[in-house]
Amino acid sequence: MAKMDKLLRGILLTAACFIIVLTAGIVYGLVSQSWDAFASFGFFRFIASTEWDSRNDIYGALPFIAGTVMTAVLAILFCIPFSLSVSLFNGEYFRNKKLSLFVSSVVDLLAGVPSIVFGLWGFYTLRPVLVDLGLSQQGFGVLLASIVLAVMIIPYASSLSAEFIAMVPNDLKEGAYSLGATNLEVIQRVSLPVAGSGIFASYILAFGRALGETMAVTMLIGNTNNIPRNLADTGNTMASIIANQFGEAGGLKLSALMVIGLLLFFITASVNFIAKYIMKLVNR
Amino acid sequence: MENTINTGYILELKEVSVSYTPGKYAVDKVNARIAPNTVTAIMGPSGCGKSTLLHAINRLHELYPGISTTGEILLKGENIFRMNPMKVRRLAGMVFQRPNPFPTMSISGNVLAGYKLNNISLNKKEKGLIVERSLRSVNLWDEVKDVLNKKGTFLSGGQQQRLCIARALALKPELLLMDEPTSALDPISTSRIEDLILELKKEYTIIIVTHNMSQAARISDNAMFMYLGKLVEYGTTRQMFTKPENKRTEDYLTGSFG
Amino acid sequence: MKKTKLSAPRYRLMKSRIFFYLVCTFSLLTMIPLFLIIGELIRKGYKQFNFDLFTKVAPTSMEAMLARISGDAIPGGILNGLAGTLLILAVAIVLAIPLGIATGVYLAEKKEKPLARLVRNLSDLLQGIPSIVIGVIVYIWVVKPMAGYSALAGSTALAIMMLPMVIRSTEESLKMLPDSLKEAGLALGGSYSAVVLRILLPSSFSGLFTGALLAISRVMGETAPLLVTVLGAATVNWDITQPTTAVSLLIWEFYNDPNLASLIWSSSLLLLLIVLCINLLAKSIAKKWKIQ
Repeated sequence: MAKMDKLLRGILLTAACFIIVLTAGIVYGLVSQSWDAFASFGFFRFIASTEWDSRNDIYGALPFIAGTVMTAVLAILFCIPFSLSVSLFNGEYFRNKKLSLFVSSVVDLLAGVPSIVFGLWGFYTLRPVLVDLGLSQQGFGVLLASIVLAVMIIPYASSLSAEFIAMVPNDLKEGAYSLGATNLEVIQRVSLPVAGSGIFASYILAFGRALGETMAVTMLIGNTNNIPRNLADTGNTMASIIANQFGEAGGLKLSALMVIGLLLFFITASVNFIAKYIMKLVNR
Repeated sequence: MENTINTGYILELKEVSVSYTPGKYAVDKVNARIAPNTVTAIMGPSGCGKSTLLHAINRLHELYPGISTTGEILLKGENIFRMNPMKVRRLAGMVFQRPNPFPTMSISGNVLAGYKLNNISLNKKEKGLIVERSLRSVNLWDEVKDVLNKKGTFLSGGQQQRLCIARALALKPELLLMDEPTSALDPISTSRIEDLILELKKEYTIIIVTHNMSQAARISDNAMFMYLGKLVEYGTTRQMFTKPENKRTEDYLTGSFG
Repeated sequence: MKKTKLSAPRYRLMKSRIFFYLVCTFSLLTMIPLFLIIGELIRKGYKQFNFDLFTKVAPTSMEAMLARISGDAIPGGILNGLAGTLLILAVAIVLAIPLGIATGVYLAEKKEKPLARLVRNLSDLLQGIPSIVIGVIVYIWVVKPMAGYSALAGSTALAIMMLPMVIRSTEESLKMLPDSLKEAGLALGGSYSAVVLRILLPSSFSGLFTGALLAISRVMGETAPLLVTVLGAATVNWDITQPTTAVSLLIWEFYNDPNLASLIWSSSLLLLLIVLCINLLAKSIAKKWKIQ
């Protein structure tokens, strides 16, 4: 009996420790492979340089950092009216109703659609629309990628913020109603302010997702190594440059891609950390 | 070997203290002796340490780090802290506040859970006998004998609680510890459990924690009154309810606080 | 006069009502893309959604081109992709689920102990790593040392993505069990291992099962990490040390080869249907379980 207990405790502890080893291995792997590029270009020169020249083996990450931030920020902006509506619909107006169950399951299913299918949809359905509207000649680019990204992150932003909105205590709202406030005023003055930091945190989490999204963006952003000058311009994100060039890369270029991977890892990790930290504060 | 001499008491508590944080005692130097085939009620306002004391007798505190228990608890003259904890827990059956049949097990599986968890293998005939005996002893046999293979969670709350008592009795414990066993039940189920306790007294020794003073008056032979971790008064139930020795006990029983 | 009429209550009520309709409209609009996507895949893919899809391997670009020139339907299916997805997923499940459950049990048991908190935070960290970065890591740690792309490398990548989800769902479903269940088990004299293995884990089985299904459906359509780990294969491969392909990877190949483009739709339709079905199944189990 006691032997079994020891064995089980040993297994559980080993499993937990393995997670630590795994994470350490991930960081160590990325850092060690990045070393060549760091040594050749220096960290700050690398992230500040706009050059990506395979022939002369000179690499810089600024265009991809810019592309990543641009697409992710735009995606958040585009998704707000939709995701906020969905979270109010599910967390406020139709809380615990059958209708909200339906809406939230449909929106959640959206999160299940594979990234590559979103990419196809963006390429074959949305791109021609953008061209027809005259927003862009080819259709490819930051705008197209951001729109599809926005659709992809709606479920992440909306389901979490709906939970925070639903958690707003009823007596607070009833207090406002009893003073003659309308639905909208209760939302503006009570629900949104009270759930505010939680909602904010959910959007940061969604932002983190948008930063790392790979396949759909790779298919839609146009794959050029420049800083996008406007919304219709093409570019590359950190994730898409890795996906596009990893297969043919070796030597210094591979190392440069590793640096981009490492950067992306740290950026998404910090963004997620901030979101989790805010949520911890909210729950207290 | 002083502590193995049978003194006629089934349970002796000597200077038992339990603390969750160092220096703060949830149970503070409790001394008491309990005779076999009696029902002892532990009463007191919430947070007075009565459940904590009950858990200590079953060594359940060892599940949670940071809780320290000192003093001696003698079960049939043997110090439980020197026994294998699993043996202690088999000898002292426990019934919890809310009925908690194991959700994945059938009714008969629940009754036999103690054997299964202790890796005691039984043949079919033994199993049948234990299930029937245990369920009969809690007056549940006639109600469930046709649905023994159904999940225990389908029963009503009162039935579930009796099933949990049967589960504890299946291992033939010396002592039955009950932690407010009727607090989650309706009045009818409660009175059935109370009747059951009076019947079970013939074979077992029962210690019951209760919030409900009239329940204590109805079913217990002896009563303890605890306050802020201390055992304030311990005597026969009749005496405590008619002429309590301690002012606090009197205040509690007359409803002045608690 | 009109101004006073529109003032205070009525104007405010109107604003409130308009906002409500706006919220409803936008919520409705949000649901449209899912149906649009499914509709488009069905419309374009149903013709190629046939027996061949499941029984034949993907055609080469040349075969497809010849068929296109002669005006025939493009021959072949995605058997190699289906087999690859099955192989990669199966190995990923074997790698991730036992480890994830064990870690989840550890976290549920140790709650706020320093080591448990560290592991919990690291698991959250893993969850946030972009899939392409995981692919790159596995390239470093598995593909390079093994001197080649392999199904095993792909499985490792998917397993790392599944791990945090399995850990989280295990911990959450164990935490939902009342403490008294564990206490009751121990009060019956059960050992710690017996209580964990015979009571706690079986009692939270549906939660664990749902979590595992959701994790599977999440990684099933992943393309990016496979791109840099399994390479692709033209034939059915059951050897985990060899390059393999997957449904999602084939879609990516079809997308990049104009000759094969018409196979995109049937294979995407199949992938989406499988993923959404697993998703729905997981959710219906979760719902049933919550009601009990």
